[in-house]
Amino acid sequence: MHNKSVAQLIAGLRAKHFSSVELTRCFLDRIGSLDPQLNSFISVTEDTALAAAAAADQRLADGTAAELTGVPIAHKDIFCTQGIRTSCGSRMLDNFVPPYDATLIKRFDELGAITLGKTNMDEFAMGSSNENSYYGPVRNPWNTDLVPGGSSGGSAAAVAALLAPAATGTDTGGSIRQPAAFCGITGLKPTYGRVSRLGMVAFASSLDQAGPMAHTAEDCALLLNAMAGHDPLDSTSSPEPTQDYTAQLDNKLDGLRIGLPSEYFGDGLDAATGERIDAALQQLEAQGATLVEVSLPNSQLTIPTYYVIAPAEASTNLSRFDGVRYGHRCTDPVDLHDLYTRTRGEGFGDEVKRRILVGTYALSAGYYDAYYKKAQQVRRLIQQDFMRCFEQVDVIAGPTTPGPAFSLGAKSDDPVAMYLEDVYTLAVNLAGLPGMSVPAGFVDDKPVGLQLIGQHFDEARLLNVAHQYQQVSDWHLRQPAAMTGGAA
Amino acid sequence: MAIEQDEIEKIAELARIRIGDDQIGQVTQRITEILGMVDQLQAVDTSDVEPMANPLDATQRLRADAVTEVNRREAFQAIAPAVENGLYLVPKVID
Amino acid sequence: MQWETVIGLEVHLQLATVSKIFSGSATTFGAEPNTQASAVDLAMPGMLPVLNEQAVHFAVLFGLGIGAEIGMRSVFDRKNYFYPDLPKGYQISQFQHPIVGTGTFEIQLEDGSTRDIGITRAHLEEDAGKSLHEDFHGQTGIDLNRAGTPLLEIVSEPDLRSAAEAVAYLKAMHSLVTYLGISDGNMAEGSMRCDINISLRPVGTETLGTRAEIKNVNSFRFVEKAIHHEFARQADILEDGGKIVQETRLYDADKDETRSMRSKEVANDYRYFPEPDLLPIVIEDDYVEALRQQLPELPVQKRHRFVEQYALGNYDANVLASSRELADYFEAVVAGCGDAKIAANWVQGDLLGQLNRSELSLGASPVSAEALAGLITRILDNSISGKIAKQVFEAMWQGEGSADEVIAARGLQQVSDSGELESMVDEVIAGSAAQVEQYLAADEGKRKKLVGYFVGQVMKLSKGQANPKMVNELLAKKLS
Repeated sequence: MHNKSVAQLIAGLRAKHFSSVELTRCFLDRIGSLDPQLNSFISVTEDTALAAAAAADQRLADGTAAELTGVPIAHKDIFCTQGIRTSCGSRMLDNFVPPYDATLIKRFDELGAITLGKTNMDEFAMGSSNENSYYGPVRNPWNTDLVPGGSSGGSAAAVAALLAPAATGTDTGGSIRQPAAFCGITGLKPTYGRVSRLGMVAFASSLDQAGPMAHTAEDCALLLNAMAGHDPLDSTSSPEPTQDYTAQLDNKLDGLRIGLPSEYFGDGLDAATGERIDAALQQLEAQGATLVEVSLPNSQLTIPTYYVIAPAEASTNLSRFDGVRYGHRCTDPVDLHDLYTRTRGEGFGDEVKRRILVGTYALSAGYYDAYYKKAQQVRRLIQQDFMRCFEQVDVIAGPTTPGPAFSLGAKSDDPVAMYLEDVYTLAVNLAGLPGMSVPAGFVDDKPVGLQLIGQHFDEARLLNVAHQYQQVSDWHLRQPAAMTGGAA
Repeated sequence: MAIEQDEIEKIAELARIRIGDDQIGQVTQRITEILGMVDQLQAVDTSDVEPMANPLDATQRLRADAVTEVNRREAFQAIAPAVENGLYLVPKVID
Repeated sequence: MQWETVIGLEVHLQLATVSKIFSGSATTFGAEPNTQASAVDLAMPGMLPVLNEQAVHFAVLFGLGIGAEIGMRSVFDRKNYFYPDLPKGYQISQFQHPIVGTGTFEIQLEDGSTRDIGITRAHLEEDAGKSLHEDFHGQTGIDLNRAGTPLLEIVSEPDLRSAAEAVAYLKAMHSLVTYLGISDGNMAEGSMRCDINISLRPVGTETLGTRAEIKNVNSFRFVEKAIHHEFARQADILEDGGKIVQETRLYDADKDETRSMRSKEVANDYRYFPEPDLLPIVIEDDYVEALRQQLPELPVQKRHRFVEQYALGNYDANVLASSRELADYFEAVVAGCGDAKIAANWVQGDLLGQLNRSELSLGASPVSAEALAGLITRILDNSISGKIAKQVFEAMWQGEGSADEVIAARGLQQVSDSGELESMVDEVIAGSAAQVEQYLAADEGKRKKLVGYFVGQVMKLSKGQANPKMVNELLAKKLS
């Protein structure tokens, strides 16, 4: 059961090949036996999952099942879950049990999905290796000496290790796509505003977007169907109508124009990784697509732009963690100032503190124009680069990351080197576009991801391209050897 | 660009984050590195470019003026560090 | 040296919405602590603001009310600072692009003269919670019911020159916003609070002096006192050759003094930037036009109309136009009795005086506009004298019925029957031989004074009910 896709699980549950309780039990057992090696879950909700599974079986029997009834999934620990600790990977929220659900959680609940637990992540989604979690690093199922990527590293590792058939993630600068690439799974960051941010702990409000992580593009489409849609309680959520994201999966690629930005294939790209990407692109060409060279001339500015805007927004989004109403509070504060500075000094980890300080600096008097305003202007230039490309092409493609997963500890002492990991993914968030990472092969037994970037609200086309590629490739079906045993 | 340690201390105070004396040197160095990387932006000519705050350039929708929330004080305060008589407690505030 | 006071005011006006500016919590005053604080108001993780339509509507109405430019594309910003009554660690406000731009506002002073005061801007923002300093074991209690209540912050130019002008400005502002129905204007409940920016300069000079900001003054009287106090403090410093420190001060009503606020000593760096959780508010021309059509007659317009239509003085017109309720009452009295002058005197004098003494609002007045008009009608048709009318009014106030009922019940009808009056006059003349002799011996000028004695006697005899005009005529005839 554990190596089936979500689409197959839905079919299997309806056909009564297995029950939701059996299925849920199977994944819970795998988590119990395999996750100690990976640390991909912060909380496992065994009791509520099994109870929900039993109720799902009842509905399946009654014929009252909804789209995802009985399907177990995992949620990144950034989505508030009523009655279930939501830590965001931080000591600050180690004791935080929200009295409410995120809109995304409500939608999955309403559609009948079973929550297996909450996955590990870089603290407040800040990181590219999952080494910044208060709960310890997550390890890559393909090789536990490697990082799984971040910040949705727990979700990526859990799906790759078949501890959950699919998971939710969030992506502010690559946090779905980069770990999906590192762990050999499929991940989609939708258009900014496509999925509600309500109840998702904010990192950078104008960049954050939730999305699905699964083995196949088809599963991502099924999950996106559940997640997407306008939320009147999120002002930045788009009123643009949604669609059935599975409807275009079978379209052929004839006539599709794929843009290849020269900047994404330059010196920074690992040669072997580049070869895998080239091979994938040739495959798409063989399926009928036309490859067109394009240019994103401001690409070299994406890292500095992102590292002003994201920390600036984060610095104030995280001001609410003050030890007054919830979360960590230092012991015996002598005065108000002590309460604030010690609570925040203790509650936040090093990378979070660094970003708060950088963001505070960028917004402070005398620097606003030089940093924040400047970055917002360059942000527009970066978006305009994409808009010009989309006058020529339907989809942009390139590598998700400059190279495959690196070793734990390799970059944890060098923030700037770590930031370079996101060089190909950040621009997509700055421009608010949808982006995907699709498994495209291996380099030294480490997975490599092909990134697909679409126009605003063109998720269906990205999913179509990925699905067609997955009809003629099997990278997304490979399983890490160490994880195929266990309690299956 | 180089940033002085006392400037980091000022920023940390604005952000209400205590940084230990043993860490301030390293924090200053790291932030100097990050700001050095960010300084590439200064070379870009953006004279006629409108800043972009929202990637969709959308505009605000409004909600009707109606009370939709109920009193959930008990649930909210069950997770609070210190409350008394329905109030959140903090060390004495001096105006 | 002679000092000129330069004052600019920032009025924080709570808008009369039923729900908060960014959440669906109620805004009712006086609820149990934190029972009107939702997850959004408490800044729970992941919570997001959604803007209340009515707050925008009220802000635009205000802009139209002062003839200001409306910000057709306005933007919310975050103002960042840490304070326990500010749950998010930032206040959502408007900095660079406010919803209301520059306008002017006419105020009227005690002497009836008017002045135009510049309005720099008005912007929407959220109110903070409250810190309660009663002793919780040496700690402060935080109530976030008020957090997120919509505020319109109205910033004036430094155009005011005295405490009296500042108070006139605030009264006029109170009058405008209650006319517009955008605020209940209840100052005791903090619906209208005021920050005062004040500096001094030598009379005849133009350069602005260094200012102090006095925070959160919440009554007209305190504004006046705080300005007087601050003037004295600054003048003392300047005359001793000292320098004013730019700072935030707090007015302590109990001690009648201002003092520096320790919490604001550290120079704040608010790090304003556009609030990424909200999008720009774009207002369409049609929307503004529709609101313009709905604007009621505003206090200034009403005041001018009262002067023209009813020939009232500026001062009377200003008082009567100060609230929509009072103006409507006055106009109903005029409609019922037909004499604006007498109606104005009665409404301003007896009615407002009684309301004041009884601590009643106009809505709770025991004497309705129609009833008061009935009373005035009886003065005008000579049924009663002005003096008797006061007694009748008193009785009406006590609930003894309409003017006619009181007059009938107490037999206060003025005696205008010439036969009855003649016999009373005869009786007085007969009993006042000495005075008659004196009168007849006096010259014309003196007679005028002496006749008063006879009138007084007749009035006494009639228990005040004799028609004085007829009595005078009869006396003149009989004594000649």
